[in-house]
Amino acid sequence: MVEAAPPRAGSWSTPYLTVLRSRIRAQRSYRLSFASEVFSALVMGLVEFAEVWVIFHTARVLGGLDLDAALLLFGLSHTSFALSQVLFGHLDTLPTLIRMGRLDAYHLRPQPLLLQLITSDITLRRFARAAVAIGVLGIALARNDLDWGPSTTALLVMTVLGGVAMFGGVFVCAAGLQFYLIDGAEFTNSFTYGGSFAATQPASVFPTPMKLLFGFAIPVSFTAYLPTIALLRLPGPPLLPTWLAWLTPVAALWVWLLALGLWRLGTRHYQGGGG
Amino acid sequence: MGLPHDPRARYARIFVRGIPEGDGQRAVGKRFRSAVTVYAYLVGAGFRRQSHYKLAMFAGLFTNCVFGFVRASVLVAAVHAASDFGGYDQGTIGAYVWLSQGLLGAVQFTGPLGELDDRVKNGDIAIDFLRPVDIQFCYLAEDLGRAACTFLPRGVPSVLVGALTFGLAMPATPGPYLLGMMSVLLAVAISFLCRFAVALVGFWVVETRGIRQLYYASATFLAGLFVPVHMFPSWLRAIAEATPFPSVLQSPVDVLSGRITGAEAFSIVGVQVFWVLVTGVAGRVLLIAGRRRLEVQGG
Repeated sequence: MVEAAPPRAGSWSTPYLTVLRSRIRAQRSYRLSFASEVFSALVMGLVEFAEVWVIFHTARVLGGLDLDAALLLFGLSHTSFALSQVLFGHLDTLPTLIRMGRLDAYHLRPQPLLLQLITSDITLRRFARAAVAIGVLGIALARNDLDWGPSTTALLVMTVLGGVAMFGGVFVCAAGLQFYLIDGAEFTNSFTYGGSFAATQPASVFPTPMKLLFGFAIPVSFTAYLPTIALLRLPGPPLLPTWLAWLTPVAALWVWLLALGLWRLGTRHYQGGGG
Repeated sequence: MGLPHDPRARYARIFVRGIPEGDGQRAVGKRFRSAVTVYAYLVGAGFRRQSHYKLAMFAGLFTNCVFGFVRASVLVAAVHAASDFGGYDQGTIGAYVWLSQGLLGAVQFTGPLGELDDRVKNGDIAIDFLRPVDIQFCYLAEDLGRAACTFLPRGVPSVLVGALTFGLAMPATPGPYLLGMMSVLLAVAISFLCRFAVALVGFWVVETRGIRQLYYASATFLAGLFVPVHMFPSWLRAIAEATPFPSVLQSPVDVLSGRITGAEAFSIVGVQVFWVLVTGVAGRVLLIAGRRRLEVQGG
């Protein structure tokens, strides 16, 4: 008689779900801290929006976009960035983990390192920032004269999903580089937070080298600027024609190829924290 | 904290050695001199500690420049699009962007007070209270040293990058630079004193991360980091001017770039002195109240 294998406790996802549930419980237990973090995330979202508003309040039209178009640009870029920050944002604590020698503990567990890190610290307060962005996106969709139909809807869905994936890839790229740049961790802020900042601006105002950088190397223009001009049926500047908006998944794929390559290089370079 | 390069452990020794035995006029003079020695030593220690992180400073410069390029492109386009953009033209908006990027390293809005945050949270601050030097002044001295060490590797190159790529309108006379240095020094002090006060809120709440983020978001915006304060609609400008934040960034940038000169520039520096006093007293009150609240456990 063949003895049945001992029943495994749950599926492959059980450990991650357990960790996530405990994280969420932990955050809810300190109510005042949690409330202050949610409030500050709301203020952060409002302040970012105020920056855009102050500029457009004076300039009226910037890079071919008016305030309503800028709302759409802001809503798209911040929605995808904030959502991807919920999932991947805490990867930028990696240098601290490495320096303190705490990363080794993750290496001992029989799960892929990247997945463990991603699920290690999902923070609820980040949803507050996403909520501001989604609110702005909603207002923008109502205020702009969009040609509602299957293609518009498809473009929107594809943009948000592609945008979340792309920013996630950018966070993983940055994390891969952290293994080389312990002291120089701020370098990677150029790609992550700098990329998100650049994504919120009309790419048409950039000089050519920056159009190439943010259009193709770290293609954050695909997350908001290109979809915005496609949705509003506006012509794009040289180098960034409107039809490129449909290639957002390709751009996200490119970032992920880069990300997994850098992550592999980084984890192979890692020698352990000693001790 | 037992780190070998912990400057506070060493200054305590210097200070104790320097305490005069006798009393009278001479002793007072000596005590004053030894206090000056201690704080000067701390400024040097802050400078040296910062100077170890060479890669970090280069990384900071690189990030400053990336953000500078994006901000400058947007604001230059805005200046061209608007009939009047707060009186800025291409050269002066360039000076505003790149000077503010250059000053960011010195007047950090978040930053090295992480250590103080931890010490407040875990109670190690009790040890600082026992030391014969003032907590606020000693952290301030270290921060001034740290800020001084950011100028050559981060500040000056940022402005040079801006000058080479965007073309900045900078003053040709020495006056704005001299008064500007004064203004920058005061700005560093205000920024430190604000962060110090924020860190001390940790005496009352367990986790200060939310408060620190709230501080960061509102301070950077009201300081004029993303859009000059001069561009704010009047109600928003009134709010900004009721806070110390424009004195942290907009004021030194205005003085250094020569946007504001003469008596008006001196009055800006006067406002900065006012905010140094206000934020300094606020920190002091929190420190005294926090000390009463502090509970030291174990033994």
